[in-house]
Amino acid sequence: MREIKVERLTEVVKRLCQEACVYLNEDVEAALERAYMVEQSPLGREIIKQLLQNKDIAKETGLPICQDTGITIVFLKVGQEVHFIGGSIEEAINEGVRQGYKEGYLRKSVCHPLTRENTKDNTPAIIHYEIVPGDKVEIIVMPKGAGSENKSTATVLTPAAGLEGIERFVCKTVEEAAVNTCGPLIVGVGIGGTIDKAALLAKKALLRPLGKWHDNNRLAALEMKWLKVLNDLGYGPLGLGGRVTCLDVHIEVFPCHIASLPVAVNVQCHAHRVKKACL
Amino acid sequence: MSEAKYLQTPLTEEIIAELKVGDRVLLNGVVYTARDAAHKRLVALLKEGKELPFDLKGQVVYYVGPAPAPPGRPIGAAGPTTSSRMDVYTPLLLEHGLKGMIGKGKRSQAVLEAIQKYKGIYFVATGGAGALLAQCVQEAEVVAYPELEAEAIYRLVVKNLPLFVGNDIYGNDIYEQGKKEYQIAPCP
Repeated sequence: MREIKVERLTEVVKRLCQEACVYLNEDVEAALERAYMVEQSPLGREIIKQLLQNKDIAKETGLPICQDTGITIVFLKVGQEVHFIGGSIEEAINEGVRQGYKEGYLRKSVCHPLTRENTKDNTPAIIHYEIVPGDKVEIIVMPKGAGSENKSTATVLTPAAGLEGIERFVCKTVEEAAVNTCGPLIVGVGIGGTIDKAALLAKKALLRPLGKWHDNNRLAALEMKWLKVLNDLGYGPLGLGGRVTCLDVHIEVFPCHIASLPVAVNVQCHAHRVKKACL
Repeated sequence: MSEAKYLQTPLTEEIIAELKVGDRVLLNGVVYTARDAAHKRLVALLKEGKELPFDLKGQVVYYVGPAPAPPGRPIGAAGPTTSSRMDVYTPLLLEHGLKGMIGKGKRSQAVLEAIQKYKGIYFVATGGAGALLAQCVQEAEVVAYPELEAEAIYRLVVKNLPLFVGNDIYGNDIYEQGKKEYQIAPCP
């Protein structure tokens, strides 16, 4: 049994919140650079150029890449031989969010769903726990803006709808998203499980680095096919027209009931902010 | 792509008549920020016949909820939010003299019609370029609803804020035109 003080979670979450909002990951930068080469629309190229300048300005000034510094999503993988001491894990994570958003001058965008009263410190975080073998702890922080989350979808299709039905659902979701969400988009697709499982798979699919296809050949081929289908729609950067509507499509699957076919699509904007640390 | 046009606020109908969908604009002068909550209050005041916290005539509203300003800076990251959430409030503001809007995303048919009827203009700013757009803000001052924090109404002074014309008075829509020009195949 390995003991870890929960205050270490606070420190890590605080740091990751700030880093995620200011420093764009290299895989996203590389994907935007590829998009700049491929894009044919002059407006689209101008937009991607601004995005590449934007990430440099954020790095130099310490300003966030985007003012919507999101609701904070935390993925916590805990080795089953770890024993947390010194308080509540959940409270420690939320304290990290509280400190990170205050000290990093990040926008507090979390409110009560009905009264709309702002919690004023961006808590509570959305925390997904996973217990895994070993004695390590992996922490991923993903601040997610509303522009993209608002266009994400989930449904349960009939098994007869099959792959064609799924493709149509993904396509319709991207059509709706492309003119409102900050594209080029990244599309996470969760297929199978239950409605909640599919939604989580779709979001987890976004955690895979951009430019990396699925390990399973069949799914990788599907990702390539759908990326082409989505880019052929012509929406382009910010939906103003162009060849690059999406930077990537990531699919994750899980077995489901013989009578159902759950599908979820998590839409992500180009300000794809994910930072990871291990304890 | 055409050369960028330098514009100064407040906007006049003559200036607006020269703008076409797809034009690049560098905007200078005063703009006011307003999001959902501020729009709701502005429209309520107009419906009650009360005075607004700022004169709408010829003004430009920027749909933005900036990040907090770090020490030594007028504003934090300040990119556009999704305009469609403001669609229900926009026609009344245009009717009362508002001329320009800055945001991101497609507008409703009612807004497109109001833009033509009241001679307004819709600008698209690059969503997600919050740090770059913040660099164009020289001054920021809260003029109403400070309790709304990021959603308060700020009076900004901007220099060369980079924008694209999204909807013009001639009924054109960049979102329709762009897709039509670049689409290879529709949704299967």
